[in-house]
Order: sequence, then C-alpha cells, then structure tokens
Amino acid sequence: MLEARDISFAYGRAAPVLSGVSLGVGRGEIVGLSGPSGCGKSTLARLLAGYLTSRSGAVLVDGAAPAKGWSPVQYVHQAAYLSVDPRWRIGAILDEAGPVDEALRNQLGVSRRWFERYPHEISGGELQRVVLLRALGPRTRYLVADEVSAMLDPITQVEVWQALQARAGAGLGILAISHGDALLERVATRRLHLEAGRLLPVSGSATKAIGNAGSPQCGKWPLEPANLPA
Amino acid sequence: MSEAIDLPVASPGPARLGNRVWTLVAALLGLVLIAGIAIGAPMLGSLGIAPDFSARLAEPSLAHWFGTDPFGHDMLARTVHGLNVSLWVGLVAASISVVIATALAIFAATCGRWADAVVAFLVDTAMGLPHLVLLILISFALGGGTTAVIIAVAVTHWPRLTRILRAEILQLRQADFIIAARRMGRSWGHIGFRHILPHLWPQILVGLVLLFPHAILHEAALTFLGFGLEPSRPAIGVLLADSLRYLMAGKWWLGLFPGLCLLMLVLCFDAIGNGLRLLADPRQGQL
Repeated sequence: MLEARDISFAYGRAAPVLSGVSLGVGRGEIVGLSGPSGCGKSTLARLLAGYLTSRSGAVLVDGAAPAKGWSPVQYVHQAAYLSVDPRWRIGAILDEAGPVDEALRNQLGVSRRWFERYPHEISGGELQRVVLLRALGPRTRYLVADEVSAMLDPITQVEVWQALQARAGAGLGILAISHGDALLERVATRRLHLEAGRLLPVSGSATKAIGNAGSPQCGKWPLEPANLPA
Repeated sequence: MSEAIDLPVASPGPARLGNRVWTLVAALLGLVLIAGIAIGAPMLGSLGIAPDFSARLAEPSLAHWFGTDPFGHDMLARTVHGLNVSLWVGLVAASISVVIATALAIFAATCGRWADAVVAFLVDTAMGLPHLVLLILISFALGGGTTAVIIAVAVTHWPRLTRILRAEILQLRQADFIIAARRMGRSWGHIGFRHILPHLWPQILVGLVLLFPHAILHEAALTFLGFGLEPSRPAIGVLLADSLRYLMAGKWWLGLFPGLCLLMLVLCFDAIGNGLRLLADPRQGQL
C-alpha cells in the first residue's frame, strides 16, 4: 500500500496547498484523482513520489519509509520533455533505468528507431511513451500518473491505458490524476476528488455532480480501438 | 486538418546557413592564426633576440616588415615571440581560472547554504575590487616574473564564470530529469558526471576561450606598467613599454605593429569563443 498519512504542504510562506490529506493506493488498484486546476493534485503527486517533502505527516510505501536506491514509487507527468535529459539520446535515457522490457516496449509502441534520436527529435506523445516505459521498471510497485495521456491521440491513449491496466492486473498500484472524468470513470477502480486542500470520495452518484461528467462525449470514451469512429 | 499540413513550409533560409558558415570560417581563421603564432615562434630561433647593429631603427621595408628596434631586432620576429609568450601566459592563467571557477561553483551549489554564502562573498569581494590594482598588488607581492603574472591573472579572473556556473548548477539540481534520476536510484556522483557536467561543458569551454583575451590583455598591461614579465623577454607589454621612448622621435612602427597584432590575437579568440557559443547550442548545433 502506498500511503499518505495526514500530510500538509505549502510553497514557501504561502497558504497551505494541502492540509491533513490522507490517501492509500493498494497493489493492483487504479485510484482516480480529480479536482479543479490548481487545487494541489500535482503537489500531492510529487509528495507521494518523493519529488517534494511534506511539512508534516508521512508517506509510507508498504508500511515503511522509502529507502535509498530505485524508488518503488515512480512519477510520470504531462510534460515528458522535462523528465528527460535534453542532451541524452532516447536509448541512453531508457538504459538509465536498466534493461528495457521488450514486451512492454511493444505494448507501449516505443520504436527502436527512436533510440538514436534526441528527445526534441521525436514528438511529445512518443516521448511520453518513452518516459512511461522508463518508469515501469521491474522494481516499480506504484505509479503516480499525472495526466499521462493528456497529450496522446485517442488510439495511443487506449493502448497506453490498456498497458497500464495490464500492469495493474500484475500488481502495480496506480494513482491516475486527470481532468477527464470519462477517462477516470473507465479506468479507475476507485475515485477521489481533491478540492480546497481536502480529499473527498467520489461515489457513483457524486460523479455526475463533478465537472463535465454529464457532457455527451464523455460516456463514449472508447477503451477499445474498435469503438473508434472510422 | 489538411490545411494545417499543407501550409507552405518556410524554405531553409540561405541567410542562416550563411551565418553559420561565416561563424565557422571566422573561428577557423582565428584558430589558424593562433596556431601559426604558437608554431612559428620556436621556428624563428634567435631571430629577433640576437642584436644586429647594422640595421638599427630601420623603417618598415620588405626586408623588415615591421621595421627594427634600436638594437636592430626584427620587430616582426619580436612581435611573434611576444604573442607566443602572451599565448602561453593566457592559456595557463585562463585554464587555472576555469578550474577555480568550476570547483567553487560546484562547492557553492552542492555543499549547502554556508558554502554558497562563502562563495558569494568571495565573488562579490573579488568583483568589487578594482581589477588592475589587485593584479598589480598580487604580482608585486610575488616578486614579478612569468609565474607571478600567471598566478595574478589566474586568481583574479574566476568570479564571473563562477557566478554563471553556480546559477546553472542550481537550476539543474531542481530539474525534473535530475530528480527522476535520483528516484531511479542514481548517486549524486553519477548525476554530476553524466547529467550536470555535459550541461556545463559549453559554459566552461566558452568561458575558457573568452577568458583568454582578458588574461592576455592583463598580462600585457601588467608588463607595460613594469609589474609583469622580465624586461629581457620579448613580451608584447615589454615591446609597447620600450616603444614609448621612441614614439616622440617618430619611430611609430615600434608600438603600432605589436599593438595591432595583440588586438588581432584578442579578436581571434573572441571569434572562436562566439563561434563555440553558437555551435554548442543543442538545437542550433546540428550542421
């Protein structure tokens, strides 16, 4: 279980972004987190992944404080180009995380032809898949996925989430953060809503009250490529 | 959608390519001139060192392009000797400066708030003092000579580069890809060498090349003022100081040519430095 216990955080002397937030993501679970822009979703994500340190409270991974070495909690966010060294080739970027899992590489659609290129020589969507492949090493037990599919085309979104769902089936715990209620509705096993620094559970009926869940295109979000209009 | 794809593509600007070629040509020309001086001076042997009293204070001619001095030394040979001395003093002093700057910047950016405060204080102090006065004091305290000049120039030229490198490292430390490498279990040593240093190389290289002319000019200034190299060495500063006595007598070639050549050498380094800066940009760097 990836746990946040009563964590609070503020940037500098500003008012706290999060106050007393507790959250748990179990192995094999996909927890969907939504909330308005600027409410602290990404801050919570960074705290869970160890990119930031909380003012109070604790982040525990399977009951223990995170040890040194490969972090079992990996973080992937929307801006893939910030997560890779712009002076490294794709091959070197992937090698930094250890040997590449060929099956996962094929599943995410990462081509070997990109390995000789620099990050700015492939597209944003391609780079996002590279970053996901890098984060999903064999020692990763939890993935904090912060709007990971926001910049991908619909077919690739489906492929990426199918790969992630397969991983979750094999025991990976995922915290999926998104503005897209339809996406979370389809992939999440449980949903949470962050607002004004507090987490609220989202039940089936509450889903409709939040955001644009009722808008026409949301219900049609395709999980199978076959569902896509020609 | 198709409109977006069919938009007329901007033709690869021939002007930009031209600029790049000119940058390269200017930098290469500078490099060739500098190499010529470095290789040419030892080949001259005692030409310009041994006196020839049959040709004292001769005006520039085909036999002596830059004229001769009161001892009958060929001024062209002396100028090349002088530029060679400047080159080596500049190279050694600038290299030491860059090493000091890099070490202090890494220390400041990685060893905590106190280290940062100490380095910031050192940089502010060194930049607050008048450059030439500090140079004269250090060179005088060390008793003059080549070593004293090199040390004096080296220990006064690091602050600016230290500031640039420190800021660069601080920015990199916060970068997502560095934190990602940490979360992938990489040590700071690995991150320092594989991630941070490659980002600093262009700054260090350009810093080194741009420190060169500074070091050379200050060496010449120190020597000109009499606090630098030994008067027996044909350094540019010595040549310029000697020429002063004869300028009023109309022997203009004694000061003009060595001075112009020093300017040329400085401009060569400037061309190389600017060329490197342009070429090191990863997005512009693909020829």
